[in-house]
Amino acid sequence: MIHTHTYDALVVGGGGAGLMSAIYLSREPNVRTAVISKLYPTRSHTGAAQGGIGAALANLEEDHPEWHAFDTVKGSDYLGDQDAIEAMCEEAIPVIIELEHMGLPFSRTADGKIAQRPFGGHTHHFGQGPVRRSCYAADRTGHMILQTLYQNCIKQGVDFYDEFQVVDVILSDDGRCCGVVAWHVQSGDLHVFHAKAVEFATGGFGRVWSITSNAHANTGDGVAIALRAGLPLEDMEFYQFHPTGIYRLGILITEGVRGEGGVLRNDHGERFMERYAPTMKDLASRDVVSRAIHKEIREGRGIGGKKYVYLDATHLGAEVIENKLPDIADFCRTYLGVDPVKSPMPIQPTAHYAMGGIPTDAWCRAVTGPQNTVLPGLYAAGETACVSVHGANRLGTNSLLDLVVFGRRGGIDMARFCREADLPPLPKDPTARVEEQFGMLLANTKGEPAAKLREEMQDVMQDEVGIYRTGEGMTTALAKVRELQARFKDVVVMDRGRQFNTDLLEAWELGNLLDLAEVTTLSALNRTESRGAHMREDYEKRDDVNWLKHTLVTKQADGSLDISYKPVVITKFQPKERVY
Amino acid sequence: MPKSTIRILRFNPETDERPYYREYVVEADPTDRVLDALNTIKWYQDGTLTYRRSCAHGICGSDAMRINGANRLACKVLMRDVGAMVTVEPLMGFRVIKDMVVDMEPFFAQFRSVLPFFINEGRTPERERLQSAEDRERFDDTTKCILCAACTTSCPSFWADENFVGPAAIVNAHRFIFDTRDSAAQERLDILNDREGVWRCRTIFNCTEACPREIRITQAIGEVKKAILYGTARA
Repeated sequence: MIHTHTYDALVVGGGGAGLMSAIYLSREPNVRTAVISKLYPTRSHTGAAQGGIGAALANLEEDHPEWHAFDTVKGSDYLGDQDAIEAMCEEAIPVIIELEHMGLPFSRTADGKIAQRPFGGHTHHFGQGPVRRSCYAADRTGHMILQTLYQNCIKQGVDFYDEFQVVDVILSDDGRCCGVVAWHVQSGDLHVFHAKAVEFATGGFGRVWSITSNAHANTGDGVAIALRAGLPLEDMEFYQFHPTGIYRLGILITEGVRGEGGVLRNDHGERFMERYAPTMKDLASRDVVSRAIHKEIREGRGIGGKKYVYLDATHLGAEVIENKLPDIADFCRTYLGVDPVKSPMPIQPTAHYAMGGIPTDAWCRAVTGPQNTVLPGLYAAGETACVSVHGANRLGTNSLLDLVVFGRRGGIDMARFCREADLPPLPKDPTARVEEQFGMLLANTKGEPAAKLREEMQDVMQDEVGIYRTGEGMTTALAKVRELQARFKDVVVMDRGRQFNTDLLEAWELGNLLDLAEVTTLSALNRTESRGAHMREDYEKRDDVNWLKHTLVTKQADGSLDISYKPVVITKFQPKERVY
Repeated sequence: MPKSTIRILRFNPETDERPYYREYVVEADPTDRVLDALNTIKWYQDGTLTYRRSCAHGICGSDAMRINGANRLACKVLMRDVGAMVTVEPLMGFRVIKDMVVDMEPFFAQFRSVLPFFINEGRTPERERLQSAEDRERFDDTTKCILCAACTTSCPSFWADENFVGPAAIVNAHRFIFDTRDSAAQERLDILNDREGVWRCRTIFNCTEACPREIRITQAIGEVKKAILYGTARA
């Protein structure tokens, strides 16, 4: 049975970006808005962010948006678009004040202002040393942002469709977005949501890799749907590995531990980051620290020769750990049986954040081609989008900032668009493609389980498309992913029921992960240089002459992938060698 | 790897008239989470097993269920702590949709009933509202809630009376009642000063024991009761 709903604006995803957009849309009396989310919104992965949100509030020491912008550009290895970065760093200040006004319980300074602490890659005077820029609420800043935004959505009376999995975007023949198709998980029914504007804010896809900080739900649904609908994906080769995940589990240990003074040590007890980043040491940017850890491990200086090093916070004292890092302490005690007050934490880099995604302009409008041609009515924000403010490597605290700055901008521009535009007619049979996909998944009664394919994908991606990459390894990975895509047609879904069929849902999600793994690997194989998080052992240097440009990958009608490029926007900061 | 037996209370509304127990044997490391064991079953033995899960480290609140009779997050309990025979059942007090999945709508309706959002209709300052570290600390504990429902569904008063607003909603009211920046404490206290408000609480402490975030829930409820009886929260 197919149900139809009509709205002006739809927000797909109930994390930080989506909820911020929804709050702004809800302030428009004539714009009917709904949020469609695969999870109850408070389950979204924004809630797992820990250490803070960046803004040059200068509550504890001198700071300026221009310094923040420089750090972000440098962190991006000069691949970020500087006009968008400047806008983000300037709007950081009012938007964080706005969050406080919405009730967000930030930690406080001695004089009652929003507390701030140092974070990786954030500096004063254009790289001279660490600056306290990360605004935080203990080590659950993301949780507090998610809760505060959800609370404000309730206050505003936003319509929610919870546990509705959006499975397709509806585009008209003349290239306008006119809604989405969603699958109501509880009933198994399809719903067509007809609207003037749609924003994808569906988060990232860390589940492509085996060691990840990402939730099970982070399967890149919005990005994969866009790809299949013929939109380009931008800079997919740039995927961030966070330096400090809990050994084997990948659970995030915030950079805030190092911001508070924690240090990394190898098997000799050496504070090895001093060798790799003489000025910023343990607070160098994430790509630099993850590579250093990987190198220590590979050269035999992992703890006991194993694949981890220590994050040592024992010198910080119980009070700092219990008050400023209570969740971290809880994770270590629960999952490792380690008390970080007394013992160092075993950590390894963990797949964490997609710098790439659906290309947008600085107002979150989805764009195609080298000229940034706007696709009317379609928007993307947050990790799903590639504005690009993170370029080749994102700085810590800039993801939460991205969510609220661009969530706000997306909401504002969607409202404008909805006031001006009419409701486009729905094309015929908008659910056809979805019914075909689901039909394929339910056709097999014998075959491999999706989990087996997922595990094989995660292993090859971890080994060959991780922190260090080679042409040979990625060629192997690409062939493997394509083999898995072929085998995917024969997976068997054991649950044949309609209601709450998460077996079917997981199989569908695997299709997304495989498509994104393919684009990631192809983009990475194609880029014959090293930049930010993309480190190739066969091309170790950054190559600005040939590669100071964004990658765009588009799926053709025959299923093949086409690669094109677009220029990077450079305003104030010319590319320089990157040293921390 | 050691073998464990997971005994699961199954119910599929499309095929079953009533719930039944089914046992699965899995290999699990002592440091695996119960969620990992459930995943092993779902992925490789029986794809029909149904439960919610997302972050897998105790932050998103999706996978609250009864594990050996106690409300826990499946991702925050390790196999070494539950023995070789583990019983897994859905939360009590909400309608079971399928296996571990219960109907959360009544829970979120309770949450929404206590004005769970910041209210201050006064003039908005240019910069942040100031708040001392001590005033911020006053409600720190109740900001930790992840709305997993482990507390409410462990509460005998709630089992007996589904209209009781329940501990989770009170925790979320407490978070604003004791926030010096908020101006609607009295409205929330009036809502909770009801037969189905805080007075249904009999100080049983099940909620406190069930909370995966270790919020002192019974204490928070007590503070709300006191604020109703002896005047405003911040007197």
